[in-house]
Amino acid sequence: MSSLALALRPLEFFLTQYKRVWRGTAVTSVVTPVIYLLALGVGLGVFVDRSADLSDGITYLEFVAPGLMAATAMQLATFESSWPVLSAIKWDRQYHAMLATPLRFGDILLGHQTFVAARIFMTATVYLVVITAFGAVSSPLGILAIPVTVLVGLSFSLPIAAWAAHTETEVSFVAIFRFVILPMFLFSGTFFPITSLPAPLEVIAYLTPLWHGVTLCRDLTLGYVELWSDLLHVGYLLMCCAVGLALARMTYRRRLVV
Amino acid sequence: MTNVAGVAGQNGQALIQARGLVKRFGELTAVDTIDFDLQRGEAFGFLGPNGAGKTSTMRMIGCVSPVTEGTLRVFGLDPARDGVKIRGRLGVVPQQDTLDMELTVRENIVIYGRYFGLPRKELGARADELLEFVELTERADSKVEPLSGGMKRRLTIARSLVNDPEVMLLDEPTTGLDPQARHVVWDRLYRLKRQGVTLVLTTHYMDEAEQLCDRLVVMDKGKIVAEGSPRELIERYSTREVVELRFDDSRPNDFGYWTDGLVSRVESLPDRVLLYTDDGDAASHGVHERGLVPESVLVRRSTLEDVFLHLTGRSLIE
Repeated sequence: MSSLALALRPLEFFLTQYKRVWRGTAVTSVVTPVIYLLALGVGLGVFVDRSADLSDGITYLEFVAPGLMAATAMQLATFESSWPVLSAIKWDRQYHAMLATPLRFGDILLGHQTFVAARIFMTATVYLVVITAFGAVSSPLGILAIPVTVLVGLSFSLPIAAWAAHTETEVSFVAIFRFVILPMFLFSGTFFPITSLPAPLEVIAYLTPLWHGVTLCRDLTLGYVELWSDLLHVGYLLMCCAVGLALARMTYRRRLVV
Repeated sequence: MTNVAGVAGQNGQALIQARGLVKRFGELTAVDTIDFDLQRGEAFGFLGPNGAGKTSTMRMIGCVSPVTEGTLRVFGLDPARDGVKIRGRLGVVPQQDTLDMELTVRENIVIYGRYFGLPRKELGARADELLEFVELTERADSKVEPLSGGMKRRLTIARSLVNDPEVMLLDEPTTGLDPQARHVVWDRLYRLKRQGVTLVLTTHYMDEAEQLCDRLVVMDKGKIVAEGSPRELIERYSTREVVELRFDDSRPNDFGYWTDGLVSRVESLPDRVLLYTDDGDAASHGVHERGLVPESVLVRRSTLEDVFLHLTGRSLIE
């Protein structure tokens, strides 16, 4: 039996578990973009649009909305692959229940990550609808921002899952949010072009998967697609996912097959 | 819960077979070159104290822990190659519960059945049947969290039966349960055994081993130190009866003088002294005549605890 077919079984578990909390998360996924867009796109945007000149006369709302979409996926993905993974190994031990059945560690990893991807897909879809309603999407290509956002999410959730399967305690998760995710959120081109950063920081920003995701989403919602550079962004995100997957397979195996 | 004989085990071949089985964790050798054969339909126990290598052995049989050295065959298959197939035919009750606290009792069984690829339609009826078997029908829609330890254990047992397993692996099935809950669990396991399910269990309770096991191996420090039925083991390694003497402050250092010729062996423990003999009353009478006055005297039958003590010099539960 292929791993993909087996991975549907843990996916079903995570969906069953999610059914218990979906209402709360659905509200969150609508309210969050609305609040951000009101504060930044509309509030701050009026201020920015008056003083700054964003290229080609786009508004700050149009600039920031697709960036927020990618950045939100990063946060959600990081959360979903940190505590829940460690818990499934250590506290609630659902992985161990699965391992006693025909499922293998690779099926479990794949199933769990498919769930995370599905969560991001749902959230991204809501996000796109909301920012479209705010008038921040000017191209039908914007619909492609949904799969791109899922890719951004996976480029974070896979390496984070790899770490969560390696670490013994949850302490590092808070540190990751504070010292990795938050700086990326602020400095990876979501709120302002990274060309405004000092040169060394600009180089670092280029290396973050989020910058590639933000740039892609923005190109798509604005309809400014540059085929080769955008394919490079996709390639970079895919590479991050591939490295993350390889690392996660390694740490899952080490932790679960002993 | 019918049990159909599989391919392996029909032609006299053992259902589970280990030869020179070793499990190492870095420097630590948890299981040290053990051999055993398990036949279909029997209740087989691994008896030993904590750290004897029982759980490691079970995890290797359960195909969740790779064999370090030696050969292991389950249903005639190699766990390294056919883990998926083997696990599909096993029912596992792990030492530490792996129930999902957020889901209901019924959902726990249904979702576990899905891990085996069983169709959702069948699983509803299957869950009802299993919950009835473990007397949890009224709690079907309750969450798992508030259940008592005994109920959780019963649910774990019900869940492990969802795929109609040929072999059940029970790792310390009643550890941490109160006496009443233990008896309920034993009763269910006994019924399963009568239905033809092969039971493999680990325990450090000698009464559990005596109650449930047709045959067992005694493990200590990763090795098998004895093998046989509970009755055989007691006959081979102990006497029919045991006299337990407890003392206040006036405990003698040497019992040779008091017991010479009266008993076959003396075991001196920190809290009591055990006299091994086939006639407990005669022995207790004898030492009394020689002037030994303990605070209390108890004559009882030999148990597996005595076997373990004789083989290893230590108690099962420290």
